[in-house]
Amino acid sequence: MYRLKQSLSFYWPFIRLGATDVWRHKTRSFLTMLGMVFGVGSVIAMLAVGEGASHQALESIKRLGSQNIMVSSVKPTSEDGPTAQQSARLAVYGLLYDDETRIRETVPGVEKTVPARMVRRNARYNERQLELRVVETVPSWFEVVPRPILAGRILNEGDMSSRANVCVLTEFGVRKLLAAEEVLGQHVRLGSGVFEVVGIVKNESGGSVRAPDSEADAYIPMPTGSNLFGVANSRPISGGIESERVELSQIIVKMTGTDVVEAGAKAVEAVLKRFHKKADFKIDVPLSLLREAEKTKRTYNIVLGAIAGISLLVGGIGIMNIMLASVTERTKEIGIRRAVGARKSRIVVQFLINTCVLSIGGGLAGLVVGVAIPIAITFFTAMPTVIQPYSMLLAFGISVGVGIVFGLYPALRAASLDPIEALRHE
Amino acid sequence: MDNEVVKLRDVKRHYSVGGETVRALDGVSFTIRRGEYWAIMGPSGSGKSTLLNILGCLDRPTSGEYWLNGVNVAQMEDDELSDHRLKNLGFVFQSFHLIPQLTVLENIEMPMFYLGVPQAERTRRAKTLAERVEMDHRLQHLPSELSGGQRQRVAVARALANDPAVLLADEPTGNLDSKTSVQIMQLFQELYEQGKTVIVVTHEPDIDAYAHSHIVVKDGRILTCTV
Ligand SMILES: Nc1ncnc2c1ncn2[C@@H]1O[C@H](COP(=O)(O)OP(=O)(O)OP(=O)(O)O)[C@@H](O)[C@H]1O
Ligand SMILES: [Mg+2]
Repeated sequence: MYRLKQSLSFYWPFIRLGATDVWRHKTRSFLTMLGMVFGVGSVIAMLAVGEGASHQALESIKRLGSQNIMVSSVKPTSEDGPTAQQSARLAVYGLLYDDETRIRETVPGVEKTVPARMVRRNARYNERQLELRVVETVPSWFEVVPRPILAGRILNEGDMSSRANVCVLTEFGVRKLLAAEEVLGQHVRLGSGVFEVVGIVKNESGGSVRAPDSEADAYIPMPTGSNLFGVANSRPISGGIESERVELSQIIVKMTGTDVVEAGAKAVEAVLKRFHKKADFKIDVPLSLLREAEKTKRTYNIVLGAIAGISLLVGGIGIMNIMLASVTERTKEIGIRRAVGARKSRIVVQFLINTCVLSIGGGLAGLVVGVAIPIAITFFTAMPTVIQPYSMLLAFGISVGVGIVFGLYPALRAASLDPIEALRHE
Repeated sequence: MDNEVVKLRDVKRHYSVGGETVRALDGVSFTIRRGEYWAIMGPSGSGKSTLLNILGCLDRPTSGEYWLNGVNVAQMEDDELSDHRLKNLGFVFQSFHLIPQLTVLENIEMPMFYLGVPQAERTRRAKTLAERVEMDHRLQHLPSELSGGQRQRVAVARALANDPAVLLADEPTGNLDSKTSVQIMQLFQELYEQGKTVIVVTHEPDIDAYAHSHIVVKDGRILTCTV
């Protein structure tokens, strides 16, 4: 503390001197600072925009759960083009209940597996209609894809064993289908069945990855679904009816920890490959996606950083240029100070602080600009931006650094002037 | 011996300008003791300012020895010379050399800034000195707003700011009327009586009369030296 006070009382007069020097040449100082203002401003703004873009992607991946492995059924691509006969045929593909059992029993590190069947069905309530994604699943679904319960309850084991006609809706679906009426206990028609609404959960929207939850979902007990709808599904297409038989649309495999996720995914793939001759499944590992997204983000940051670095370099060179001109202009003053008894190091400190006042002043103004730009972008374009607190610290550090680096040469040049020569300078 | 503030032995200062050698000082030897009052005289261009610059540790001799308080200046570091100027020397330059961007008050304060004198004390002392040279009514003015004689008086006040043991003045009354001249000379006389060493370059016989030792320089050589 004492040391700090000591060194502050040594530097304070120089800081004041530097500040008054800057103030004496207002216009020039302002123009010199502009380089720093935009350099620092662009660092903060670019980081905020970059962070905003990747933040969204990362969030949606994170929501999938970093301990999970998502295995989904995909329709295999047929070798020959579809004929009328083919399209009328029943397409059988995808994951089976047996697959779930095999994964649970043979893959090491599995905590639980959650099966689900997803089919788009028409939902009806009185006059209203809405196409929903009906998810036939088990209660533990809500453990691996957690989200807040807004009203009522989620599915439970009782619903399973009694094959109850109950459903849990998402907030969005409820708003669309039931409007403002009392929701719990109402009956809605899903396809050929009538279901009692027992709960509402919050839905998360957006996300580029195959999210297990969507905006308008209806969750029903798996046994109820199989009982009511079976596993075959038909939908009209041009020139006929396409029927397919898919036992499970998705198996969510929850591992015991993030460290076994990647090995687990490989094991799952090996197990499935043995029993699936066709490529009718797909494995997504949110953790890998997360890592990939983070890697992309890092690359992105490096590119942005390089661009920002160049603009700071330009700003710094501008400052150095002005300081060199200032040293020449103030040659006589330097001579006088030296003649009176100022050591070389005092002259260095004076000019260095002078440069730092310029660069830090520019840096602080740049901070304001850098915060204002992302806010304006978000305001006018609704593009998300995240202003990083560390980027402000970084910008401040950079402006001090630029001041020292680009101020050093002019300052050393000022100090190395011969006093007598400097005094004779007109 | 230990009284010797300055000792010059065959000091030369040559400039080479366009292949030609200008012998500004061409073999000067003399000794100045503590508490003496010296006047240096000589025609224009004879090398008086050059000599004073060397005495003031601003310039180094081309050849010859210069002893400062018993130490050979040639062996002193730049920082040591700076500190010597700061602590022991007061310099009134022939062309004043005030910092144009600073006010009268700030100019007088400047040496004390490097001595680490606190701001309040600096201002107080600078004001006292300004009063001594009758410049206290122009404290907030810039040098460019002053007359030649006024600038000269500010330069004198600045030279005294560090309470120097040795005062070097290069024609300190060159721009002053006889009344102000006398005031400045009385100031120097007071310093001399306080035991300070005073070295003045002058053309005026009046001032020369104050001094106790005299040097006349011509063409870079000492013509006469009376102690
Ligand atoms: N930097 C320099 N380069 C070349 N010649 C110089 C330089 N400085 C001084 N001289 C020369 O040295 C000689 C002495 O100069 P100096 O300034 O010491 O004279 P002076 O006695 O102080 O004269 P004055 O009474 O006019 O002030 C002059 O001839 C001058 O031209
Ligand atoms: Mg002269």
